[in-house]
Amino acid sequence: MDILTLFVVVPVLTVLGLMFAKGKSQFRIIAVVGSAIQSAMAFNLMYQFFKLRDAGDSAVMLFKRDLMWFEPLNIHYSIGVDSISILMIMLTSIIVLTGVFISWEVSDLPKEFFISLIILATGVYGFFISLDLFTMFVFYEIAVIPMYLLIGIWGSGPREYSAMKLTLMLMGASALLLVAIFGLYFNSNADGGPLTFNLFEIAQANIPVSTQIIFFPLAFIGFAVIGALFPFHTWSPDGHASAPTAVSMLHAGVLMKLGGYGVFRVAMYTMPAGAHYWSDFFMVLAVIGVTYGALAAVRQTDLKYINAYSSVSHLGLVLLALLTMNEIGWRGAIMQSLSHGFITALFFALIGMLYGRTHTRIVSKMSGLMSYLPIIGALYVIAGMANLGLPGFSGFVAEMNIFVGAFQNADLFHRVITIIAVSSIVVTAVYILRLVGKMLMGPVMPEYENLKDITWYEKTGAYILVLFITLIGVLPFWWGDIIQEGVKPFIEPLL
Amino acid sequence: MNWNTFFLMRHEIVLTLIILLLLLIDVFVDDKKKLNPIAIIAFAVYTLLGFLPLESGSLFGGMFVNSPLINVLKNAMNIGVLMITLSAVSWVNAKMLPLKKVGEFYILLFSSYLGMLFLVSSGHFLMLYLGMELATLPVAALAAYDIFSRKSSEAGIKLILNAALSSGILLFGASIIYMTTGSLYFSSIANNVSNSYLMILGLIMLFAGFGFKISLVPFHFWTADVYEGAPTPVSNYLSVISKGGAIFILMILAFVVFNQLNYLWLPLFYGISIVTMFLGNFFALRQKNLQRFMAFSSVAQAGFILMGMLSFDQMAVTSVVYFIAIYIVSNIGAFGVIQAVGIASGKWEMDDYNGFYRTNPKMALVLMLALFSLAGIPPLAGFFGKFFLYTSAASQGYYWIVFLGILNATIALYYYLLVIRSAFLRTSENPIPYFKSDWYMRISMILVAIALIMLGLYSPFYSYINSLSIL
Repeated sequence: MDILTLFVVVPVLTVLGLMFAKGKSQFRIIAVVGSAIQSAMAFNLMYQFFKLRDAGDSAVMLFKRDLMWFEPLNIHYSIGVDSISILMIMLTSIIVLTGVFISWEVSDLPKEFFISLIILATGVYGFFISLDLFTMFVFYEIAVIPMYLLIGIWGSGPREYSAMKLTLMLMGASALLLVAIFGLYFNSNADGGPLTFNLFEIAQANIPVSTQIIFFPLAFIGFAVIGALFPFHTWSPDGHASAPTAVSMLHAGVLMKLGGYGVFRVAMYTMPAGAHYWSDFFMVLAVIGVTYGALAAVRQTDLKYINAYSSVSHLGLVLLALLTMNEIGWRGAIMQSLSHGFITALFFALIGMLYGRTHTRIVSKMSGLMSYLPIIGALYVIAGMANLGLPGFSGFVAEMNIFVGAFQNADLFHRVITIIAVSSIVVTAVYILRLVGKMLMGPVMPEYENLKDITWYEKTGAYILVLFITLIGVLPFWWGDIIQEGVKPFIEPLL
Repeated sequence: MNWNTFFLMRHEIVLTLIILLLLLIDVFVDDKKKLNPIAIIAFAVYTLLGFLPLESGSLFGGMFVNSPLINVLKNAMNIGVLMITLSAVSWVNAKMLPLKKVGEFYILLFSSYLGMLFLVSSGHFLMLYLGMELATLPVAALAAYDIFSRKSSEAGIKLILNAALSSGILLFGASIIYMTTGSLYFSSIANNVSNSYLMILGLIMLFAGFGFKISLVPFHFWTADVYEGAPTPVSNYLSVISKGGAIFILMILAFVVFNQLNYLWLPLFYGISIVTMFLGNFFALRQKNLQRFMAFSSVAQAGFILMGMLSFDQMAVTSVVYFIAIYIVSNIGAFGVIQAVGIASGKWEMDDYNGFYRTNPKMALVLMLALFSLAGIPPLAGFFGKFFLYTSAASQGYYWIVFLGILNATIALYYYLLVIRSAFLRTSENPIPYFKSDWYMRISMILVAIALIMLGLYSPFYSYINSLSIL
């Protein structure tokens, strides 16, 4: 068994273990142990990766494995990782682990909850390790479907509606994506080779520019819907708001990252000419998403909606940065993906904790919580500051890179776009500071006097996330270099 | 006739023997309940026989053809029928045992299936027609089998009238083709195809006749009523075996016999595929009764299969046969659960399934697997089946229909999710109570679950079919 396939096998084994387990404590233990092993594997993978790199292995993808799957169509189970996939895998494993801690008290059908959560994680891991478009697509869909059950069964509010909307929009997007994949596949023999789903072979194939122009928008939108591209973002706020805490964390922290990752790994890498042709159009959409998300967040009263729109805004920045098509921008995009993953996961975890105590998510019904819930309050402030890009936290580093990258294209159009996007930071500050001021610092409300502060399992989850937010914030160049190395071979065809 | 040529017909001969045997045993056995295991074991043995290796060949001067590809399809259908009989036992015991009508059920079912076997092996229009009639008439009797139910009688009448009409049209088409080509053998028709108006008329009538069998739009109107009224095992049989066999022979006709007229039937298939997918799906959206729901879902699935035929090459044959095999399993899973619930609690409506998972988790799980497979969600078999149909269509550059197909898969996902919503998301004051199914049903459902998970991931199955799919 190779080191990467284990990322699919271990979750599957965890699921099997859960199926045969009895009793709530067993479910918890198996879920925690399973996801802890995954985290350990992720760090081990990182360690092994650097060891190989230090030893001078300069291949783009390491730990490659290629097995024939459906021979008549030349479909392979093809896997491999570069530094970016490893970072994404690490992000996933940490959020799954913290998510399990945060869901410690799930009482309704706990077994099924953890099973769905871990199947979702399996899909995400598989997506990040695949190099074959077929394998990638299979894992993508595996990641999407458990969301329906997770939101539908354990969610709150209009959960059935939100779950259905999310599933259908993402599946509808995959219709576009699949057409694009077929377009790539049947044009992958432009140089006379066999048809292939392999990412690198397709990228070598010199697909005609006219074909790229047709299929690039399909692939881009197909992926970008899950990355909350305006105007296809509407599934995201409803989905976030209805989902249970751990699912919101995974959803915003990991699942939405599949979009940006897919765009740069598949859409832009295989169809550089298409990307150049369409970049301005999608850039406008992305910047609308950035501003609209931020402005919409200001108007929301529900904590989860605030963060959902904030996510739309911040992930719009990821897409914007990818469309700038220069190295700094891309580095920023990947960093933003990571940073936003940790920050929103922390946010949603905290919202879950607050909701569990106050039983409301409406900002106006909460006030002065800092005096009763000092640790949760402090963590919320940290998350907020990181989100609005305060130096020292991950958000600043990522956004700095994005804006520097975006500003490098010297024409008027890009300048204007960048300036509009930058102004979203100010709006972010507005809604975060207002929220913190009202909810945490406002006059004390006596009905919240008896609330208990954070418990040990919540603390474990939250502290891990804070640790990573600050690690990125204080060691930006270390992370930047890692990302840089992964970005380079993928941006080359675009330059 | 020597042993080898005899061996080519082994499916048909053994099945005929089983039918005769059942007829005899039915007379001598008093405890009719014992007929269930006898019929099932006999059929299981017969199913195993089908896996013996086989060389291609033809009999009766080319009227009857058999090839490894046809054999794969027959084996898939055998397993399907076996699963259907396994899951039918509980219904037979509940409804037919008091009337002592157990033996006939199996005899009629197997007779109809015998017709299906002749149909997929036919190399001559007479054999095709005989097979189709033999396949249809016993099913009409089966559809009306529940004699105390008015809906069942209605289903029987509707089926027989539609079948008679479609057979007539088909036969007329075949006669016209005979008129223009002077032959009823597929092989010699293929050599004499002309594009005269008469030929085109014959072709269209022929395809219209098949349209009824496969319930393609606009010939689908009987489907929902018949599926709803007929006993569930019969609807199950109609939706998978009957449809699968008819689609296969339609494909052979189009690809081999009328290959030169592809400029004619390609746009026809293209249009009907789109219309069938959309209408089937849109009608399915509004259904509350699960049998009607499955009827429209299976109409839509036929549209998908038609899409896979558009490339009319090896890939098309492979993907269609592969999809039929997978579709058989998925549909049997869904119908099996619906039937088990219907018999145990008398509930057929979608809303009755609220809270189903909490009372009957295993059954609900099989239902979910089957519906997700029908919807085409990986890693279940249905995803791979659909994916290869899309691949086949896309290989000739039909990206639009592929897009519409996937869009339809999304629409279909919506209504499959409605059932899953009832079963998993909702709770109910009055859920379907916990029930224990008999062993037959359990074996059938376990087989379905295993097949749904393994059939797609296990790629040699696809490669094997592909290696045989040379027409």
